[in-house]
Amino acid sequence: MKEKDNDSSKKSSLMTRRTFLKGGALTTAALSTGVLGAEVGEAHLALEDYPSALKRATVTLKVNGLRHRLEVEPRTTLLEVLREELQLTGTKKGCDRGQCGSCTVLLNGRPVYSCLSLAIEAVGKEILTIEGISDGETLHPVQRAFVQEMGLQCGFCSPGQILATVALLGKNPSPSEAQIRQALAGNLCRCGAYPMIFKSVQTAARLR
Amino acid sequence: MKSFAYVPATSTKSAVALLGRARGKARVMAGGTDLLGEMKDNLISPEQIVGLKPAADLNYVKAEASGLRIGALTPLSELAEHKVVRERYPILVQAVEQIATPQLRNMGTVGGNLCQRPRCWYYRGASFPCLKKGGEICYAVNGENLYNAILEGGPCYIVHPSDLASPLQALGAKVKMAGPKGERTVPLEKFFVLPRVNAKKENILGQEEILTEIQVPAVPATMRGTYVKFKERGSWDFGLVSAAALLDIRDGICREARIVLGAVAPVPYRAARAEEVLKGKRVDERLAAQVAEVAVMAARPMSQNAYKVRLAQAAVKRTVLSLA
Repeated sequence: MKEKDNDSSKKSSLMTRRTFLKGGALTTAALSTGVLGAEVGEAHLALEDYPSALKRATVTLKVNGLRHRLEVEPRTTLLEVLREELQLTGTKKGCDRGQCGSCTVLLNGRPVYSCLSLAIEAVGKEILTIEGISDGETLHPVQRAFVQEMGLQCGFCSPGQILATVALLGKNPSPSEAQIRQALAGNLCRCGAYPMIFKSVQTAARLR
Repeated sequence: MKSFAYVPATSTKSAVALLGRARGKARVMAGGTDLLGEMKDNLISPEQIVGLKPAADLNYVKAEASGLRIGALTPLSELAEHKVVRERYPILVQAVEQIATPQLRNMGTVGGNLCQRPRCWYYRGASFPCLKKGGEICYAVNGENLYNAILEGGPCYIVHPSDLASPLQALGAKVKMAGPKGERTVPLEKFFVLPRVNAKKENILGQEEILTEIQVPAVPATMRGTYVKFKERGSWDFGLVSAAALLDIRDGICREARIVLGAVAPVPYRAARAEEVLKGKRVDERLAAQVAEVAVMAARPMSQNAYKVRLAQAAVKRTVLSLA
């Protein structure tokens, strides 16, 4: 993946339904004044020298190989940044409590729940979302396997299921069915497409 | 989630200093999987979070001749992947692999697993001012107590939710804490407190103290252990009942035994009398059944959780027989 600098304020002028809806929200979300801002560098997160604790911080997050500079509140979750700031809406918000797995992303190659991760603590990590695994229009082998085996019904849990599978196959290229079930235990499918999901993982192991 | 200020701690020392400076207004955050859940559910709204993740000196697993030293910030998944842990402490690997989901094991830490708050739904429900939140009553007593304590309960009837605590206690682990007055190390069983001592807390950690290290002594080669966890769902859940057993059986005779039950009491429950029944005897099905019965002899089930008594007996019997 190529590394580029990407200033998220310079967004594409292409108007989509989502950007149109978001436009209204943005104008009302005026930034609060008088809060302490500080820069959170990538190399270190040492901020004890600051006069008091951070209420706002500028962070650089590396998502799908691109660096994004953003201003966040400490309470902002990685999920919120991905969806609301970076428009990477492939990562889904389900339970928002670390129970359903639809917000799964890979942090340094390991699956985590982005709804229970603070953006401020993701500084310096390699963040990989569903948008980052394909090569342009060419789908990742795991995505192809899910398409081929119809490893979904409504598709809401698919980004999480696929990323959990990418992480599993990275560690274990030919998992047993029991290992597949364990590795995907943190990703619920409300449609109950589990048999096809597990079959997709087996097919993905062959396609890779 | 309400707004809060964030301060990253760069070391154990800085974490303690930051907590001192915050004068009770800060909470420490390790993996955050429990704390952020509590904050999202409006159970707590700290003004400040002291982030422990940036503290580089708290994430390690050191295997030494005297045993293991585990930094409190070590992610659960990394503990279970550690070569020496897999070779010499399979009971810990068994326990970790049954904690939550792969994602939560990547995020959650060893120290956080020991310090997590209870799952009692009255505690987790913001609208119930229960004893744990400084209220007057335990709603489980006359309420829905399916998952509550059958042993050592009262006045609050939570069960300790940690899967790691019972095997660690069976292994004779100690925990090290750091605070404004320096460091202290106590056996794990002295770390946890019963509700009759303090209903608001599950352990002895002071407001300005953090858990820094878990020390696990070396285990004699003849001592083998296993962990059994019963849960309502096959995939993942908090335990209904769990049992950690560490037995030294030679020529069919049990020389040494340690049995600690999980999810039955507000703290990990050491079945000391059951251990005595085992010692010096030939381990067979009949003895295992007797040991199981003695293990929960003191149980006082609530209106909905008598099933836990038989479940605990089954867990004890199963662990003992699997090691025989």
